[in-house]
Amino acid sequence: MRDVFTWALVASTIRLATPLILAALGGLFSERSGVINIALEGKMLAGAFTAAAVTYAADVRFGMGNASPWVGLFAGMLAGLFIAAIYAYSCIKFKADQVVSGAAINILMLGIPGFLSGALFLSSGSTPQLPKDHLLPQSPYVIAIAIAILVTVIWYVLYKTPFGLRLRAVGEKPEAADAAGVSVSQMRYWGVLLAGVLAGIGGAYLSIGQSSLFTRNMTAGRGFIALAALIFGKWRPVQTLLACLLFGFTEAVSIQMQGAVKLPSGENIPVQFIHMVPYVLTIVVLAGFIGSSRPPRALGIPYQKEK
Amino acid sequence: MPKLAHDLIFPLIAVVAAFFVGGILILLVGDNPITAYRLLLGSALSWPDGIGYTLFHATPLIFTGLAVLVGFRCGLFNIGAEGQLYIAAFATAWAGITFANRSAWFLVPLCFLAAILVGAFWGAIPGVLKAYFGSHEVINTIMLNFIAVALVSYFTQYHYRAKGDPILQSVFIGEGAHIARLGKFIPGLPERIPLNLAFLLALLCCLLVYLFLWRTKWGYEIRATGSNPTAAEYGGISIRKQIVLAMAVSGALAGMVGINEVLGYRHRYYDGFSDNYGFTGIAVALLGRNHPAGVIIAALLFAALQHGGIYVDGFSENVTKDIVQVLQGIIILFVAAEAFFKWSAGRFGFGRVRA
Repeated sequence: MRDVFTWALVASTIRLATPLILAALGGLFSERSGVINIALEGKMLAGAFTAAAVTYAADVRFGMGNASPWVGLFAGMLAGLFIAAIYAYSCIKFKADQVVSGAAINILMLGIPGFLSGALFLSSGSTPQLPKDHLLPQSPYVIAIAIAILVTVIWYVLYKTPFGLRLRAVGEKPEAADAAGVSVSQMRYWGVLLAGVLAGIGGAYLSIGQSSLFTRNMTAGRGFIALAALIFGKWRPVQTLLACLLFGFTEAVSIQMQGAVKLPSGENIPVQFIHMVPYVLTIVVLAGFIGSSRPPRALGIPYQKEK
Repeated sequence: MPKLAHDLIFPLIAVVAAFFVGGILILLVGDNPITAYRLLLGSALSWPDGIGYTLFHATPLIFTGLAVLVGFRCGLFNIGAEGQLYIAAFATAWAGITFANRSAWFLVPLCFLAAILVGAFWGAIPGVLKAYFGSHEVINTIMLNFIAVALVSYFTQYHYRAKGDPILQSVFIGEGAHIARLGKFIPGLPERIPLNLAFLLALLCCLLVYLFLWRTKWGYEIRATGSNPTAAEYGGISIRKQIVLAMAVSGALAGMVGINEVLGYRHRYYDGFSDNYGFTGIAVALLGRNHPAGVIIAALLFAALQHGGIYVDGFSENVTKDIVQVLQGIIILFVAAEAFFKWSAGRFGFGRVRA
């Protein structure tokens, strides 16, 4: 185990955790407002694909050079927002079942990128390679600072502003919030749309930060790991951040370990067992075996205003 | 409106609306929707290939559709059919490999049992977690999907792969565990088409699920728990028992996908074989209005699309087979927004059964 814990591993943890942190903090807004977010995966895919496609267009078609990843990032954010708007509309306006619509969004977004890239790039689901110097910053220092600022802002918004109070109120006791004059559906729209924005950015970081193109189903379950981190982090911003770092760390270890790391007894730990860690931890914590993780009380229940 | 007409019209509207939206998308990428749809659906009707493959693709979807249906009827959302079918398919192959030399009379029932029991076990875990620990089955089934995939991938890679095989797949099962392809019995259907006896098993399961849910006491109690848990408990039904039972039955049904895949088709465990069967099962159950007969129709529709996807890929200018998943997603979205009228609010909500 001697050479496992290196600076490279720390840097890689931060890099790998970034998309998870963004998506999980997005999910935090949505779930604290009372809307389940199993659609994070779909929103990340939307962000990742759009960001890569737009960065490519900005770079090659419009010669925007170094500015192109930022244009791509913005586009990825808008894509997440757009998908979130569809989701919000069906869950809040039509009071559709949140889990069913979320599953629909995920299935839809497995198809859309391939469908569009087939037409736009004549490829089977991936976007063209981007030049290495036209990507988002990857320095772990820059990312760490950006994330620290983001988490602080989110913590402040959630716990120290009237907006945050209202958001949490509609997720816990929508009837009471409604009686106090807070519009439940308006707050839930905010929650779901913010989730879309952050998950979209998270997806964009995956395709134009960590990687240099979009590939078919490139999130590979990260939306669900983000959801797991949110639950493991007990629906609180700082704990969620730590959970994401832990899960990013397991991913970094599993990448570094491929065939390399042996237990003192000389046996390899199969990488599959490291992959399981986030999921097993989530089940254990949710069941209350270690500590307990209580969801917002009104989570998943559409709000029906009394006549 | 009579109930039957109502049950037929809404899914039909959802499908037509989805095809309409899909048509706009096809126009946007510069192709002709009519041509694309003709490729997509028309190819499914040809004999023997189109029909043979459509029925073959429908087999796993009927199983997973039924699995999701049984969960829904108990007020539970089983998103875990994908994990249940993976782990059960591996168990089927394990039985077929470990007892490879035994006769078919011993081996086939053993493999069936492996698929059903292991599927039921993996399904029962989130049932127990919900019933006795109050944690939500949606989250737990999602997590268990990933755990199942990692577990079977580990066993395949380290213990059951042929030496030097570059593909992540197990060795072959014993010949005694093979089940017959229908081409053996049906004149004109070549045996190269993998449609096999598991299709008939799937149809039988539709009948059995119907009888179980609507004609037995256990089924009645499951439905009572699903439609009104408070009243069911007041009426002396143990909600906890129903939740575990429904999830186990659900898992067993999903597990039977392994029979089609391992015993009837590939004769080995092939890592990553499922083409999102578990998730498509959600679409099948919802579109089929959570009724076994509806499940058959919806499974046939999605199977036809899946088969047609290959032709769209090959013969159209810009449209790829991804259109199938796009249509599926849109269909569920439309069905979900309508589902509000049918399924009362909060049915699948967090904390409903915190017993």
